[in-house]
Amino acid sequence: MSARAATAPRLSASTRRRLVHGGLIGGTYLFVSILVLAPLAGIVVAAVQPGWHVWSSTFGSADVRHAFLLTAVITVITVAVTAVLGVVVALVLARDRFAGRGLLSAVVDLPLAVSPVIVGLAAILLFGRGGWFEPWFTAHGIQIVFALPSMVLVTIFICIPFVVREVAPLLQELGTGEEEAARTLGASWLQTFFRITLPNVRWGLLYGVALTTARALGEIGAVIVVSGAIQGQTETATLYVLRAFDQNRDASGYMVALSMALVSIVLLAGIEICKRKEEKELAA
Amino acid sequence: MTTTTRTSTATTTPTASTAATARPVTPAGTGIVVRHLHKRFGAFHAVKDVSFEAQEGGITAILGPSGSGKSTVLRMIAGLERPDSGSIELGGEEQTNASVQDRRVGFVFQHYALFRHMTVWDNVRFGLKVRKVPWDESFKRVRDLLELVQLTPFADRYPDQLSGGQRQRVALARALAPRPRVLLLDEPFGALDARVRHELRRWLDELHRELGVTSLLVTHDQEEALELANEVVVMHLGAVEQIGPPEQVYNEAASPFVAGFVGAANALRGHVVHGEVEFGGGSVPGGDHLEDGTAVHAYVRPHDVTLTLQPANGR
Repeated sequence: MSARAATAPRLSASTRRRLVHGGLIGGTYLFVSILVLAPLAGIVVAAVQPGWHVWSSTFGSADVRHAFLLTAVITVITVAVTAVLGVVVALVLARDRFAGRGLLSAVVDLPLAVSPVIVGLAAILLFGRGGWFEPWFTAHGIQIVFALPSMVLVTIFICIPFVVREVAPLLQELGTGEEEAARTLGASWLQTFFRITLPNVRWGLLYGVALTTARALGEIGAVIVVSGAIQGQTETATLYVLRAFDQNRDASGYMVALSMALVSIVLLAGIEICKRKEEKELAA
Repeated sequence: MTTTTRTSTATTTPTASTAATARPVTPAGTGIVVRHLHKRFGAFHAVKDVSFEAQEGGITAILGPSGSGKSTVLRMIAGLERPDSGSIELGGEEQTNASVQDRRVGFVFQHYALFRHMTVWDNVRFGLKVRKVPWDESFKRVRDLLELVQLTPFADRYPDQLSGGQRQRVALARALAPRPRVLLLDEPFGALDARVRHELRRWLDELHRELGVTSLLVTHDQEEALELANEVVVMHLGAVEQIGPPEQVYNEAASPFVAGFVGAANALRGHVVHGEVEFGGGSVPGGDHLEDGTAVHAYVRPHDVTLTLQPANGR
């Protein structure tokens, strides 16, 4: 017995460590493949399988083109507003000390915690029939709910945290030294902002913008509540996909889904590049 | 074997020393004139009634331990901090409420504060660019300054590709580029290692001789202050303890704090007897101005003490 135990192959400590690490890495790959890559591959296969005629019929449809245009318009406005607003809020959070700063910081994160459907409902409560602000807008002939304004509004609300959360810590890390140096050298505060502060946070800002874009493109929960998903009018790309599946036009739905996935992948690559640049710059 | 203490420079101060009074400030100065500056951060009184004058064309050092308010004074002179009360004059002009932008001061920060996304060249040129100096003039100015700080070969580098000493030289060139009225240096060598610090100190001295720009240097390093400055302002707990030329501050300390902070000193506790200070093991001169029997602290510089093998005082 004892002789056998002695001759049995025993693993050295380093081999065991390698096995454990190998197992963990393998597990990670498996996990990511099943959860991320498999669905993506499924969409590609499902979209391409029916043949190219689906491609032309899908993108030839006026509804689809309108849906993409609407998504693009909402995304562009959202990115522009949240980028400007985000930098301002980040500056306030990172630079100023005032009563209620902690509360403001928490409120900025609220959209991440609240379900988009609830955001949509809140917008209906404010701007919908009988809402607080509805009489004023109706009197001025402006339709908010079931129209573009409310869709932009809820998307902006949901995307507020991304730029703020990327830029504020960066500003804090950078400190005020360079800005003070610029001021003593004769720069106005506007010059200081555009020549020193903004270039210093540019990669973080771009990262935040990329996250915002991805979120705005894919937003559905809040938008479906406030838009009414009127075909050809308030139907975004994601809402189109939803309707396509409802009406058993799977191939067309897959096609739109695939094109949106491709945009997201390009964005993801952009996000990675921004992140690396940002890390490199901070290390300097 | 006994110890004989011989000294000609021992400083004596009454135990209950009254606060040292600052030298009266004459209004004629054209360098930097600071009068009765006060600054509070919340409940903390950071700067208390600070008045001094930095002579035109000279180097004045504000010397004090960390937390003495010296950097706050410098930042108020630059306009980066607003005084609660008091006045600041630069080059004969009242500047107390002028904006940072309009004061035309060169500021050198302890941690360089170089613009990390700009090359050395663009860093130095920044102050000329925002003041819209014509291109050919600013080109010449930057070129000359880089030559002066011996960084011409590094013009295209970014700050993260330079050593600490090189970065501080860039910061100095950048501060000098717009021809500032005064140069303010906030612990400029504080982040550098000892060897580089010594080198830069000597180099700054030469540079100052060449340019003659009125300079105000904030430091906690007494050696730095005594070596570079022609006038030293010693600060402690937000107030001025003493103002004077380096030799005077070193040899005739106005308060126990100055004696202890500016150079090493041994404190001897004793009494005045016939103009000398008697302590346990002997006596030192320097108590002529005090009455017999007054309890005093005498401060003796270690290098003024000589050890001998002869018995002292016939004992």
